[in-house]
Amino acid sequence: MHSVLRTSTKLLMPPIMLFALYVQFHGDYGPGGGFQAGVIFAVAFILFTLIFGPVRARQVAPRWVTTPLCAAGVLIYAGVGMATMLMGGEYLNYNVLAHDPLHGQHLGIMLVEMGVGLTVWAVMVSIFLAFVDRDEDEDDAPEGQEDGRA
Amino acid sequence: MEQFIDIALLAFMVVVAMAMIRLRSLFAVVMLSGIFSLLSASLFVVLDAVDVAFTEAAVGAGISTVLMLGTLALTFREERPKRRFSPVPLVVVLVTGAALVYGTLDMPHFGDADAPIHHHVAPRYIDDSPNEVGPPNMVTSVLASYRGYDTLGETTVIFTAGISVMVLLSGLWGRRRRTVPKQAVVDTENETESRS
Repeated sequence: MHSVLRTSTKLLMPPIMLFALYVQFHGDYGPGGGFQAGVIFAVAFILFTLIFGPVRARQVAPRWVTTPLCAAGVLIYAGVGMATMLMGGEYLNYNVLAHDPLHGQHLGIMLVEMGVGLTVWAVMVSIFLAFVDRDEDEDDAPEGQEDGRA
Repeated sequence: MEQFIDIALLAFMVVVAMAMIRLRSLFAVVMLSGIFSLLSASLFVVLDAVDVAFTEAAVGAGISTVLMLGTLALTFREERPKRRFSPVPLVVVLVTGAALVYGTLDMPHFGDADAPIHHHVAPRYIDDSPNEVGPPNMVTSVLASYRGYDTLGETTVIFTAGISVMVLLSGLWGRRRRTVPKQAVVDTENETESRS
């Protein structure tokens, strides 16, 4: 792949990931939240895959990381609900998570958004790599094939 | 001024949609669908729905375009030419469109403050969410706290979608009988080559 593309990808990836984290943790104050943050974080990995290929992408985001994280996000979300029940509130009533209801709400929303972000990131990366890996299985020289098809 | 932006964006969307219908190259169609998503994201910004615009730009213009390109790599790049003109789809589209336009006649005017949707739960969110939940961005309080169940359901939907795609495309099943689909794919490719 062209060196300009490789260099610009390396330059672009950190700002994209940083912006994703900003969107994740700044969702309370501005537009954004877990869903958008997860998608943007996944975009950084997809960009990496497009330029460096699925083999190196699987080294960065191996299957044993992405697949469990798909479930981990949902479990965090549902776990917050269970925690609020154990602490004496209704399911997903964050008020009981801290002494002050507003702090509880803040903590609950942060945890829940984190769960959403994790699941969305892992699912997006898994789906994309599933598509690309399949391509890899069928032809052993993906880059040459890509050029031919494009 | 805002009306002119609205009209311009909607006109662009119509042009892009027309081009998508006319074009035969699927690669160009995928690119145009990304542009369509970006245009609708700009429309959401004009409507002050920044969160929705954000999602639309990231998912519609970004992820789906890339996923569609990935799908294209697995299938064909050209749409098959249509044999003949069939009136049924046109009639279905016209009738459905007319029904939808007829439905909008009953709706409150755009931006009408007396519309029922602004008098159901919206006042509660606007008045009480800073004291009850806290975050200055009301969308976050509604999504994560008031509608926590809904968002949990949405997250589960995304999880299910991811698991399904993994099982369909690359999971254990695909590994175990990899030879069979491989053969099938090669066959179909040869077939289309001989056909064209």
